[in-house]
Amino acid sequence: MTAIPPGGQRKLGLVIDLDTCVGCQACVTSCKAWNDGGAYGPLQDLDTQGADPHGPWLNRVHSYEDGVGAEGRTVHFPRSCLHCEQPECVTVCPTGASYKRAEDGIVLVNPDTCIGCKLCAWACPYGAREYDELAGVMRKCTLCVDRIYDTSLPEEDRVPACVRACPTGARHFGDLGDPESAVSQLVAERGGLPLMPELGYQPVNRYLPPRERRNIQGQAEPVEPTAPAGAPPAIDRLFGWVDRMLSD
Amino acid sequence: MEDSGAGRGLAGEALVRNTTCYMCACRCGIRVHLRDGRVAYIDGNRDHPVNRGVICGKGAAGVRQQYSPARLTTPLLRTGPRGSGEFRQVSWDEALEIASGWLGDARRTDPRKLAFFTGRDQSQALTGWWAGQFGTPNYAAHGGFCSVNMAAAGQYTFGGSFWEFSEPDWAHTRYFMMFGVAEDHASNPLKIGLGELKGRGVKVTAVNPVRTGYAAIADEWLGIRPGTDGLFIGALLHELLRTQRVDIDYLLRYTNAGWLVISDPGAADDGLFARDSDGTTLAGEPGGGVLPSNRPGIKPALHGRFRLADGREAVPVFELIARRYLADAWSPDTVAARTGIPGDVTRRIAAELANAAFDQSVELPVAWTDWTGQRHDSMIGRPVSMHAMRGIAAHANGFQTCRLLHLLQIFLGSIDAPGGFLYRPPCPKPVAPNQRPAGKPDEIRPGQPLPGPLLGYPQGPEDLLIDAAGRPQRIDKAYSWEAPLAAHGLLHMVISNAAAHDPYPVEVLLLYMANMAWNSAMNTAGTIEQLTAKNEDGSYRIPKIIYADTFNSEMVSYADLVLPDTTYLERWDCISLLDRPISQSHAAADAIRQPVVRPEHDVRPFQDVLLDLGVRLGLPGLVRRDGSARYPGGYADYMVNHERAPGIGPLAGWRGANGTEHGRGAANPGQLQRYIEAGCFWQHELPPGQSYFRHANRDYLDWARHMGFIENADPIVFQLYSETLQKFRLAAEGHGPVPTPGQWRQRIAQAFDPLPFWYPSASDDQAYPFHAITQRPMAMYHSWHSQNAWLRQIHGDNRLCIAREAAASIGLEDGDWAWISSPTGRIRARVRLVDGVQPDTVWTWNAIGKRAGAWGLDTDAPEAQLGFLLNHLIPEIHPDAGSQRLSNSDPVTGQAAWYDLKVSITRAEPGGRSEPVFEPISLTLPGSTS
Repeated sequence: MTAIPPGGQRKLGLVIDLDTCVGCQACVTSCKAWNDGGAYGPLQDLDTQGADPHGPWLNRVHSYEDGVGAEGRTVHFPRSCLHCEQPECVTVCPTGASYKRAEDGIVLVNPDTCIGCKLCAWACPYGAREYDELAGVMRKCTLCVDRIYDTSLPEEDRVPACVRACPTGARHFGDLGDPESAVSQLVAERGGLPLMPELGYQPVNRYLPPRERRNIQGQAEPVEPTAPAGAPPAIDRLFGWVDRMLSD
Repeated sequence: MEDSGAGRGLAGEALVRNTTCYMCACRCGIRVHLRDGRVAYIDGNRDHPVNRGVICGKGAAGVRQQYSPARLTTPLLRTGPRGSGEFRQVSWDEALEIASGWLGDARRTDPRKLAFFTGRDQSQALTGWWAGQFGTPNYAAHGGFCSVNMAAAGQYTFGGSFWEFSEPDWAHTRYFMMFGVAEDHASNPLKIGLGELKGRGVKVTAVNPVRTGYAAIADEWLGIRPGTDGLFIGALLHELLRTQRVDIDYLLRYTNAGWLVISDPGAADDGLFARDSDGTTLAGEPGGGVLPSNRPGIKPALHGRFRLADGREAVPVFELIARRYLADAWSPDTVAARTGIPGDVTRRIAAELANAAFDQSVELPVAWTDWTGQRHDSMIGRPVSMHAMRGIAAHANGFQTCRLLHLLQIFLGSIDAPGGFLYRPPCPKPVAPNQRPAGKPDEIRPGQPLPGPLLGYPQGPEDLLIDAAGRPQRIDKAYSWEAPLAAHGLLHMVISNAAAHDPYPVEVLLLYMANMAWNSAMNTAGTIEQLTAKNEDGSYRIPKIIYADTFNSEMVSYADLVLPDTTYLERWDCISLLDRPISQSHAAADAIRQPVVRPEHDVRPFQDVLLDLGVRLGLPGLVRRDGSARYPGGYADYMVNHERAPGIGPLAGWRGANGTEHGRGAANPGQLQRYIEAGCFWQHELPPGQSYFRHANRDYLDWARHMGFIENADPIVFQLYSETLQKFRLAAEGHGPVPTPGQWRQRIAQAFDPLPFWYPSASDDQAYPFHAITQRPMAMYHSWHSQNAWLRQIHGDNRLCIAREAAASIGLEDGDWAWISSPTGRIRARVRLVDGVQPDTVWTWNAIGKRAGAWGLDTDAPEAQLGFLLNHLIPEIHPDAGSQRLSNSDPVTGQAAWYDLKVSITRAEPGGRSEPVFEPISLTLPGSTS
């Protein structure tokens, strides 16, 4: 089985804001497009016009409801590899194809040595790995390792395609091993959470929970509908007020 | 910017080319990454004013659109019966000869025999002009079933509208409210803005029967009953008036609140504005006299009765408004039973709006000069912004509801104020724009063009397109008594009317990217029957149908001649200020598309085809004196060299021989290259002093006149009270030069109230207890296609979403099959039980359901087996119309009232598939097997 290298300082990952994700799928198709057309592609689909179109996606967004009535929410939840510090998908790999990089913590699959046994998919509780039937190998989020170090790209474009795409600015990329990084600061400020930490895999990615709903009561108290006893009709009060405004 | 390297990720022969997206109506700037000449990846252009670098789920999936197996590949001529899918391939020469033969015959006899309608067409400045040169009034795009209520209500109230003619002042707003905004409306700009607002802690409130998309991330979701938004908004007005939280100064400066309305019931001018001998409207003086309302700096009386020179009385608009909305009928508690929003919630929302507007007002240290010449040292704004769309528009009370919303915005002082709702150039326009529709009986002549634009804004009954007997002149009956202010036409009635020969038969129906045999029609099964209906002699009721589309949509099989279009990545286009521009609130902007790849097949850009047909027909604007083509270089040539007025053409940037002039200037042969070098867009940023209060901002108005946006620099006065509407009401009383015919009088008198009001638009028949509405999912929003190998993996089928308690009352569990019925028909579909929907409302994704065989799909595709359309249940003829064939539309604008649908729901047997089931359609060509 495959060993995990000693943990490095750099822990590259994503911070995803569930407060602003509207479920638009921009990150999903941008991820698919980049990785289909890019160095780790293609990500080919089967039965594209038929009953069961399917293919590997490295990022998916699920929408569901949480709570009912006034407490109810509709939540959009993007799901991709969390680049765990203790990734069992790596340790179960029989060929060493699945590995975690010491220098930045990215979990990758080497398609040349992957035998498509799917043990890693069984090991990952987050459903982050998908089998590519045509290539016979496992696919997963690479954090767009072919973008983030590409010095031929403008520096602002050296981010994963999903982050580049996100219209609401709900996706952030950076070094979560550096407490001074923008993403670490954001996590600290917003109470970012790891996904299912109780499983012990120590995900690097963080999710920012929905913010408290803004309630500006207190600043803006509704005016009770009953007028004081003996008050003139509302229209006369309105016109009286208007006249005072105009005479100022 | 052009042809830059694409990075190592896309190794090989990679390069990047800029163009403009067309996967919806946002027109984002995109960078198309090519590898070995093929599209490999698309991302957003960071410099572009619309999307600032981001892209959406559809836009990034454009790769699969380009290489879709559903693409049409060659012109086709029908050989079997309509709907059979049997065609033969023809050359472009043959196709264009056939088309010009049909069109030429129509034009030589009666140009009205051509009905030319387009769908989500982004070249309406061309297509509308072409129709006018042809000489037919029968032209429109898809606005009649989209949101013409919103567009018209805005133009008749304050000279702007939502959508691409406005945006919230994202940087300064402190309260954002959305009404009826379908999932993903305004896509990337709204998403970018929402992300910013949530980061700043601005409250976002969503009024919507459905809690998805933007409503899902709102701080407060108000699940209103469909069609009752007008009542809720009116109750907010009631509260603002009751609590004296109204921007009186703003009303005096910018609206007709102080104008005097003649009070003389029964007179021919009752309810019109009192005017002096010069025609200037009058206002009342607090002391009792009257004076011209346009005198700078006056503070006219807002209530009272004033005696006019002729001895009659007149009342200020504000008094009429106050008396209407302060009535108990509009109190939050009274309307609560209908809206489903408790009175205390409405009172709280009104207090929140007032708090943001008046207690958190914004003052920008920017000097500006108003129309009177008075200089102001700063700009004081009311930071409440709103966005609204189809959810309030697509009802038969939508026009008046949208007017109510604009009154709310104006009472808060928030239109074009810092933090509020901002115009985007070319708006603001005069109220209403001084552009009357062409197509009166004496203007339609064989072989002759029409004298002006086909779509416009009637200022009174005299501008209707009717004959002496009051009968409609247009095939869709736009600008008739049935739909007097039909500013976008009625695409949804064209096929129905043409098949019924009502008001007359047409000879040729030319459709462009409008899937009328499926999801773009009300009553889809009925529409298919109309497309195939025959006369007694066996000929088709609609004799000839020409259809242009990129994909094998359901409509293709019903065409006689199919003209295959390119994709948006294969052609030139202009996103023009003459049409629906991409301007930002503080910048005028336009854009182009450039071909970034060669056409995959034997297809041609429809715009080129239209110009070619115009030459073959000898249309005046399209040929030179010697009959040769005026734009031999096709659409790209037209984009550069066409002039609508001296120096004003489709593109505003880099005009003049040296490309140094903007807005107005001679044609520049190097113009397109300049656009490409700049990333395929042009923008002119407004100086800070011209950025707000533009309806009354002297410097802005002067500049807008120079640009040709407005004819003169007069201030634009908001029409709280609409005299135009009152003119129609007077006609319904028998007054004026064009009195309303008897059968229309009651309808006109009721609908054309000069002050906005509310009336129920959906049936209250208890046999159909549920409201049923649709929206597109974000990843397929506002596209006439959106069908590709990636997106269908995300949305491959749809279900009917129903509230849990409602489902329980019918005995439905999640995943059950149900029958959904209306008086028009019934469909079979699976349900999904949800919490986030108004309890009396059901909803589903629109246009996921496809007909088997269309779109290159296999017959067992889930879109055909499990997907479904609500369209089958929506009548295009109003159920109460009797023999009149009255459309199921708003009585003011003709907007399709497809959100007024009511249905019943019963449990169905388990298993099976969605119904109705249509025979699979697929293209059958000689020698092909499918």
